Amino acid sequence: MIYLQLFISYFKIGLFGFGGGYAMLSLIQHEVVEQYGWISQQEFTDIVAISQMTPGPIGINSATYIGYSATNNILGSFIATFAVCLPSFIILLIIAGAFVKFRTNRYVDDAFKGLRPATVGLIASAALLLMNPENFIDHKSIIIFIAAFVLTMFYKVHPILMIILAGISGLLLY
Amino acid sequence: MKQYWEIFVAFAKIGTFTIGGGYAMIPLIEKEVVDRKKWISRSDFVDMIAVSQSAPGILAVNISILTGYKLKKNKGSVVASLGSTLPSFLIILLIALFFRQFEHIEWIQKMFKAIRPAVVALIAVPVFTTAKAIGINIKTVVIPVIAALLIWFWGISPVYIILAAAIGGLIYGYFHRKYQ
Repeated sequence: MIYLQLFISYFKIGLFGFGGGYAMLSLIQHEVVEQYGWISQQEFTDIVAISQMTPGPIGINSATYIGYSATNNILGSFIATFAVCLPSFIILLIIAGAFVKFRTNRYVDDAFKGLRPATVGLIASAALLLMNPENFIDHKSIIIFIAAFVLTMFYKVHPILMIILAGISGLLLY
Repeated sequence: MKQYWEIFVAFAKIGTFTIGGGYAMIPLIEKEVVDRKKWISRSDFVDMIAVSQSAPGILAVNISILTGYKLKKNKGSVVASLGSTLPSFLIILLIALFFRQFEHIEWIQKMFKAIRPAVVALIAVPVFTTAKAIGINIKTVVIPVIAALLIWFWGISPVYIILAAAIGGLIYGYFHRKYQ
């Protein structure tokens, strides 16, 4: 029952997605690429690229896209997108009343002392998992990676511009 | 009814014009709901961001839910989050419907061959910027290294890493207070 699996996977992604979009990537990847193989590593990378250039968060974008490609049906898109938002609704509507208390809760604070450094590991694992032969096809790939890393890290080139530049270099190099 | 529509339109606008999601959305939402519509005070907004970041899930959705709730309770939160997610849902759906027909075109394939390693770089950069922002040092660097290795090398689900990290933080906090 693929719709139920989609729902459960994206519910999990919504429930355990801490630390923003990039940290969520490894969770999404684990569920949709490794666990169920709904899409390939390459397609996953393409979705991240598309997501960087279109409006909206990667969590929503990946849910909508993968929901469709896994089922070939718009219903799949809808279910995955709904499922990724559902935990937020449940949790936030529960704490909405005790809002300020939650903000200053010492246990929430403590948990984040562990979660914050782990977030860095989650992002790193997403990057490492994508450093595979599907994405790095030859030595040119490595040069593009290093160039993009340096431009983004040290010259603060905007991600969209970076993808456009990479696209143009692809036309010239391949 | 009119205010529901207004909430929907305000968030749909934000959802349509923030590329990259999450953090890019915060200043736009602030401008719309604090400065222009005056629905929420600035200090309430700051609290909302803090809670949105500590709760799991998608930041933009969390902020929409909390803002909507503040204005019109449960229905408001549904309307606001519908507004902020619907634009990207529709755009990505269109792309999903047609991308498979385009991806076989030669020049698109050429572009994506180069885009893929660049995207990996875009994900590698926040590893370092986030580590710096949260003040990872020689002592704490072991946490992200182990987390990354467990997921990457041993294929452990990130869910377990997140649970372990949160529990670890709680235990650390408990003993830290006890022996202080």
